[in-house]
Amino acid sequence: MELFNSESKKIVSDPINVNNPISLQVLGICSALAVTIRLDQAIIMTLAVVFVLCSSNVILSLIRNYIPARVRIVIMLSVIASLVSVVDELLKAYLYDMSKQLSVFVGLIITNCIIMGRAEAFALKHGPSKAFLDGLGNSMGYGLIIIVVSFFRELFGAGTITLPDGGAGYVLWSIPESWYAAGYENIGLLVLSPGAFIILGLVIWIQREFAGVEEDA
Amino acid sequence: MTGIEHYLSIFTKAVFIENIVLAYFLGLCSFLAISKKIDASVGIGLAVIVVLTITAPINWFLWEFLLDKGALVWISSDFQDTDLGFLKLIVFISVIAAMVQLVEMFMERFSQSLYNSLGIFLPLIAVNCSILGGSLFMVEREYTISETVVYGFGSGVGFFLAIVALASIRYRIRYSNIPPRLRGVGMAMLLTGLLSMAFMAFSGIDL
Repeated sequence: MELFNSESKKIVSDPINVNNPISLQVLGICSALAVTIRLDQAIIMTLAVVFVLCSSNVILSLIRNYIPARVRIVIMLSVIASLVSVVDELLKAYLYDMSKQLSVFVGLIITNCIIMGRAEAFALKHGPSKAFLDGLGNSMGYGLIIIVVSFFRELFGAGTITLPDGGAGYVLWSIPESWYAAGYENIGLLVLSPGAFIILGLVIWIQREFAGVEEDA
Repeated sequence: MTGIEHYLSIFTKAVFIENIVLAYFLGLCSFLAISKKIDASVGIGLAVIVVLTITAPINWFLWEFLLDKGALVWISSDFQDTDLGFLKLIVFISVIAAMVQLVEMFMERFSQSLYNSLGIFLPLIAVNCSILGGSLFMVEREYTISETVVYGFGSGVGFFLAIVALASIRYRIRYSNIPPRLRGVGMAMLLTGLLSMAFMAFSGIDL
C-alpha cells in the first residue's frame, strides 16, 4: 500500500513538526491570527483549511500535466477560489452564526499562502495520493498552531473554553465565579490583537525549540 | 454624512485605529518576509497603496452593478431577485490578479524608475491578503464609492506605516542578544505585538 509506507508517513508528519507551515515555513499567518479569539472558531477554520488544501492539492495534482507553466498561477487561484466559495456557502447554510463571526476570513483562505505555496511547491510535482497526504499534513500543522494559540487566548483572555456546535458554540468549561471572587482576573489584552501577535510569537519560539531550528536574522 | 470630516474619519480609522495589519492581521505574510530591509519595505508599502487604491473602487463597481442582490436591474427588471453574491470571491481575486498585471505593465511603460524599484513586489501583492481583505471589508461595511476610495487609500497607508515601522525596529535590534530559536519570525511577531499595542492608543479617537 503506497498510502501507508514510511515515506507517506513522513509527508504527513513533517509539516506538523519540523517543517510546520506557520512557525517554520512562515506561510498563512494572515488568517491564523484573526480566527484565534475563540477555540471553536479556530476548530472550524482548521476544518475549512483541511478541506480546501486537501481538495486543491488533489485537483491540481490530477491536472498538473495539462497546465501550461505560464498561466499556472491563474489556474491555481481559480481552483482555490471555487473551493473556498463552496466552503463559504456551506458555512452560511449550516453554521450561520459561525460564518458571521468568521466574516471575511473564510474568503481570505484564498490568499492564505499555505494553499498557493503547497500547490506550487508540491502538488504540481507529485501524484494525487501524495499531494493529498501533503495537504493533510500541512493543514493539520496549521490547525495545531492556531488551536494552541486560540486555546490560550480564550482561556486566559475570556476565561472560557468553547467547542463548536450548530449555534453560538458550546461552553465546555469556564473559570468558576469563586476564582474571580478570590481576586483572579482575565487578561483582557489577550483578546485584543496585540495578544494574538505575542502569543503566536511565543508559540513559534517554543515550536522551534522542539523542532530544533534556528534562523539567522 | 457627506462632509469632509466624514472622509477624514474613515481615513484615520483605516490608517491608525483599524490598521489593516495590526488590528485585522491582513497581509502578514509579506509583512514578515519583507520587513527585514527598510528599502524593500518602502517599496512594497508604496505598491500596496497603489494597488489597493485602484482595486477597491473597481471591485465596488463590480459588486454594485453585477454581483449584489438586485444589482442587475440596470439591464432589465427581470433580474430583480438575481443574487450573484456567491461569485464575489472568484471575481474579486481575478480582478486583483489582472489589475496587478496591468499596473505592472503601465509602470514598465511610463515610469521605468518606479518599475525598477517596485517591479519585483507587484506579483507578490496579488496574493497579499490585505488587498482582497480591503475589497471584502468594503462590501461588508456597505461603503459608497467615495468612501471606498478613501478607505482603500487609507488601508494602503496603514500597511505602509506598519511595515516601515517594523523594518526600522528590526534594523535597530540587529545586534541584540536574542535567544537563537526566537530570532527571525518569532521576534518579529513579538515586535508586531508591541507595535499593535502602541497603535491601540489611537482607538477611541473620532473626528
